[in-house]
Amino acid sequence: MTDFFYLIPVALALGAVGLAAFLWSLKSGQYEDLDGAAARILSNEDDTPIVKVRRFKSSSEIGDETAKN
Amino acid sequence: MTCCAPSVEFVDVAADRRRAKNDEILLASHDLGESLRQTNLSVPTIHCGGCIQKIEKVLDALPGVEQARVNLSTKRVTIRWRADGTPPPLIEALSRIGYEAHLHDAITDSKDDTVAKLARALAVAGFAASNIMLLSVSIWSGAEPETRDLFHWISALIALPAVAYCGRIFFGSAWQSLRHGQSNMDVPISIGVLLAVGLSMYETFSRGPHAYFDASITLLFFLLIGRTLDHMMREKARAAVKGLARLTARGALILQPDGSHNYLPLSEIKPGMTILLTAGERVPVDCRVLKGQSDVDCSLVSGESIPQTIGAGSLLQAGTLNLTGPLTVTVTAAAKDSFLAEMIQMMEAAESGRSTYRRIADRASRLYAPVVHIAAAATFIGWVAATGDVHRALIIAIAVLIITCPCALGLAVPMVQVVAARRLFEKGIMLKDGGALERLAEIETVVFDKTGTLTLGAPRLVDGSAIAPDALELAAAIASHSQHPYSRALVAAHQGPVRPSPSMSTVSEYPGSGLEARIGATVHRLGRPEWALAEGEALQSVSGMPTIALSKDGRCLATFQFVDRLRPGVREAFGVLAEDGFAVEIVSGDREDPVRQLASTLGVPHYSAMSPTDKAAHIASMAASGRKVLMVGDGLNDAPALVAAHASMAPASAADVGRNAADLVFLRESLLSVLHAVTVARNSRRLARENLFIAVGYNAIAMPVAILGYVTPLIAAVAMSLSSLIVVANALRLGDCRRKNQRKGISRTSSLRSSEFALEGGK
Repeated sequence: MTDFFYLIPVALALGAVGLAAFLWSLKSGQYEDLDGAAARILSNEDDTPIVKVRRFKSSSEIGDETAKN
Repeated sequence: MTCCAPSVEFVDVAADRRRAKNDEILLASHDLGESLRQTNLSVPTIHCGGCIQKIEKVLDALPGVEQARVNLSTKRVTIRWRADGTPPPLIEALSRIGYEAHLHDAITDSKDDTVAKLARALAVAGFAASNIMLLSVSIWSGAEPETRDLFHWISALIALPAVAYCGRIFFGSAWQSLRHGQSNMDVPISIGVLLAVGLSMYETFSRGPHAYFDASITLLFFLLIGRTLDHMMREKARAAVKGLARLTARGALILQPDGSHNYLPLSEIKPGMTILLTAGERVPVDCRVLKGQSDVDCSLVSGESIPQTIGAGSLLQAGTLNLTGPLTVTVTAAAKDSFLAEMIQMMEAAESGRSTYRRIADRASRLYAPVVHIAAAATFIGWVAATGDVHRALIIAIAVLIITCPCALGLAVPMVQVVAARRLFEKGIMLKDGGALERLAEIETVVFDKTGTLTLGAPRLVDGSAIAPDALELAAAIASHSQHPYSRALVAAHQGPVRPSPSMSTVSEYPGSGLEARIGATVHRLGRPEWALAEGEALQSVSGMPTIALSKDGRCLATFQFVDRLRPGVREAFGVLAEDGFAVEIVSGDREDPVRQLASTLGVPHYSAMSPTDKAAHIASMAASGRKVLMVGDGLNDAPALVAAHASMAPASAADVGRNAADLVFLRESLLSVLHAVTVARNSRRLARENLFIAVGYNAIAMPVAILGYVTPLIAAVAMSLSSLIVVANALRLGDCRRKNQRKGISRTSSLRSSEFALEGGK
């Protein structure tokens, strides 16, 4: 019975981490262009995905973005 | 008015035109705040990683561009640029490196977030299903009662929030349909899931041996897979249709009373304003010509294939294309009262007149749900009567509902449609709605529009080999200075490069008449015979086909006749359609002569000079007499008929409204697309029926077992998964019959017959 005490939470937590990772990747737009992602992996250039409009509006992030470019 | 020695006014307009282009980019962009604007371009020719790099490099190098990002899947480019200056020359920059781009409206690009919602629900269901299944397997393999109870509690803890989250999609739709006194597929699904969870909760509380958490969440997981795929496929097709070039004007260059010019969006154009239209521009709103002469192409609006000559006083309808000369026009109706708006009203009328179509799955569930629910009730009554044990009777009755829960039934049709939509997508046919596929399978009459649908709307020179090569070469050399469709046809007919004669000093275009070229002292004219030929010069042949003449100082050198070029595959498609027993008709807005000519060569009945109202009424009367009609058309004037028909298709070159109204849009040139679509629709109807049959067969076996009280959660899980897998595997056969066709050496242009045959052979 004591094994359950550790193992079940661990199993559930691992599953939850996977779920959270998927939801994050979905939200950050990583499935917007699957064909493009396959092609871009061969490119040497640095490229940054286009940031979602809503996030882009905060001024600090625009500073960051221009600095990167 | 001339093209090699432009007048002052012309230069002025050209500069304004550039500014208008910039204004158009500005109009189509949207503000991101912080002095940044975003423009979306559709670039249909992007196809590889190399394109991505080339395009991003070129655009990033433009002054003012903050960031450019290519989306290879949707073939779009998103560009962020600083709004302080003029818009960067995005389209010009792309055309320099060989990519044709057009503006994509930000509004139409607003992404449907249903797919994301479904994907999130699917992920949660997957997580919950795998964990609960893990616990359930331990229980099935013989856990101690205490362990079993603990596992039931943990399962409940996972299942309740997961079912609440993922089930919303089904519960919401079921509730909607129940409230309207109807039943759809989601009603039995929701009842099954909710009862399974409710019974399991009861069992968990009362420390019972059987809980069905795994069954309910796995059911949701399977169904969500089907729905997500279905939505993704349709979203992809819609995105492809939305990416097509827009064929209506976004705005127009207005001549203000004070003489200045500015570009106004369509919504701000009011009657009485004066618009400057350049050659090659679409007429934005209904208007009357004040000054200038030109030819206009009405094919998209009225179906007329021959360009019309217009001059001062002529009325122009919104959507026609100004071909040869600049025009000054006065607006007679605002955009919301224009011809287009009239069409949209007629489309709404046609829409409300059409009987609502009930999808196959909904019809099946209407039969299915009462049978299952009555069976469950009868089981309950039977067990109470036989044993008097109400608790046991209730558990068995709910087990009947769970095992007959329409997992296979819920997947039977969507899976087939996903595979069908994918197959159509590969053939360049965009299916916008799954219901359309079912309707398409039922059609027995096909009505074609002529101009732009059966023909390409681009004229072709008749009998080019009979014309003296010198005359043709001279004509082509002169014609290369003009954008008129006949000029382009002449250039195309003259194989080999056009060598502009060095002695040809000036070529001037006279809109509505033709081209005049001076070579030394001689004057060559290429254009309408009355204008090109001196009086008394007889025209050699009159056949009803549009004719132009080439003359030297008024003497006829040659005459050229044109016919509208047929879309490839027309004859083959008509042959197969007739052979397969479809009634085929041509209904056109064009004049009698060209329509009759085409209809008689194809051997089908025809109706000419039909107004948009006539067309819609014609379709509606056929529908009223019980005929299921497929309308294939492209023009603005076809839009009401497209809506009125049982199913509709439009080519990619169709007017925007027509493209949006049509159920399917085909991107390839060949008319065989219509055949492919009908074939796929019929094959998928067959497979959908087979799937429904399998689902019913499964229930016929499972239900007696459940009624007798032998169902445990393990049996339920195995039976439901197995039936779902069988249904999915059967749906995948739709992709399979294509491969068989290829292997057998049947060409891709296989007829209905041959691919049906292949399907039979595959059984």
